[in-house]
Amino acid sequence: MATFDKLIEVKDLKKYYNGEAIKALDGVSVDINKGDVMVIIGPSGSGKSTFLRSLNLLEVPTSGAIIFEGVDITQKKGPDGKKLNIDLHRQKMGMVFQHFNLFPHKTILQNMTLAPMKVKGVPQAEAEAKALELLDRVGLKDRAGAYPIQLSGGQKQRVAIVRALAMEPDVMLFDEPTSALDPEMVGEVLDVMKRLARNGMTMVVVTHEMGFAREVGNRVLFMDEGRLLEEGTPDQIFNHPQNPRLQDFLSKVL
Amino acid sequence: MNFATIGENIVKLTVKYWDKFLLVGMGYTLSLAAITVVVGAVLGSLLALLRMSKFPPFRWIAAVYTEIIRGTPMLLQLYLFYFALPQLIPFLNRKQYLCVAIALVCNSAAYVSEIIRSGIQAVDIGQTEAARSLGLSAGQTMTEIILPQAIKNILPALGNEFIMIVKDTSLASTFFIGDLMTQCLLIKGTTYLTMEPLIMVAVVYFVLTFILTKLLGAFERRLRRGDIR
Repeated sequence: MATFDKLIEVKDLKKYYNGEAIKALDGVSVDINKGDVMVIIGPSGSGKSTFLRSLNLLEVPTSGAIIFEGVDITQKKGPDGKKLNIDLHRQKMGMVFQHFNLFPHKTILQNMTLAPMKVKGVPQAEAEAKALELLDRVGLKDRAGAYPIQLSGGQKQRVAIVRALAMEPDVMLFDEPTSALDPEMVGEVLDVMKRLARNGMTMVVVTHEMGFAREVGNRVLFMDEGRLLEEGTPDQIFNHPQNPRLQDFLSKVL
Repeated sequence: MNFATIGENIVKLTVKYWDKFLLVGMGYTLSLAAITVVVGAVLGSLLALLRMSKFPPFRWIAAVYTEIIRGTPMLLQLYLFYFALPQLIPFLNRKQYLCVAIALVCNSAAYVSEIIRSGIQAVDIGQTEAARSLGLSAGQTMTEIILPQAIKNILPALGNEFIMIVKDTSLASTFFIGDLMTQCLLIKGTTYLTMEPLIMVAVVYFVLTFILTKLLGAFERRLRRGDIR
């Protein structure tokens, strides 16, 4: 599945708060290749969400580099010497949040067409056709005219996923996408994510769903205290963990 | 106190002076309140922008201004503006109404800026993150996502501010600028009656704010209806 084309290169990423008092990220380096489904696991406060949110600069790292499609997006200036416009790079990174973050004052269809129309200048008819097609794929075409408040949690998260997909991103970032869902709704969201992975989408997923990590991920990363402690295939991580902290973590969650 | 006499006097005064109260007094009070809330809202919005600016000195200026206005009595501000403005700006000499209006506007702007700021900041940060992650610029995020949601927090609070201002304009009677309270004091002075004009003006203020409160309530219910659908 992986083609070993580097899509994102993360080099020695650090994120400190209060000077150096809190080290949310303490030197994380990793390459994310095209087609990777990289699942990041670890205890609460291990820095995995901070890491994910750094990838599209929702968190601005203290130091280190994030080279996305050849451009270091942590720099103030782009390769052309002009001010780097992070909006251009964010368009190519879809993000799905724990709390969905749909826009409550807009319909499902408007939620999906807003960015393509405003950011990319896609004509309305085209944007709507594309949005309806995406909604159809997740079984929500008939809810296009509804408002987010009328949807269940699982439906909201499926909309959030296709809203990000409407921008045709090169990579999708998932920040605990099922953590805020009622248990019976987790499956429908994971199914969408599985299909996405099978279709070759590059994905970085922070999750507590070990079943998903094992089944869908091609790489699993274990983080603790802001550091990347172990990386491997699902088989290596779940069946032959090396790091004692990982062994301890797995004994608690599995 | 003879209630029968007071009642009789109120009827007499009402017949004699109703135009002073209902036309002149209310005209001044409502026009002053309207000017204050409209200009105050414009200046308050600018102040809120300064308060949330990326440029720290702008934030400091707005914060200091807001704190000073909110930390000193309004009556004191009225006195300061009333006596200082004509000396600074000769044009304002003997333009009492304008001086008082400016003082009320400057006062209201500080409160309005806080209403707007808190209305904007009450919108979940996740909304900004979602919009920015989709590639929307900071400006697009503000106009498309944040403001439409913030307005639902802001408008009801602005309405309350308007009702507060209607009552606060009574302070302007200190300088006899012609509002309801001024009319009350004038009638009190010419008739040597104390209770009657005070009760009359109290009724007028109450009816005025009561109507405004009810209108605002209906307006708020309409805003909220949009959330349920």
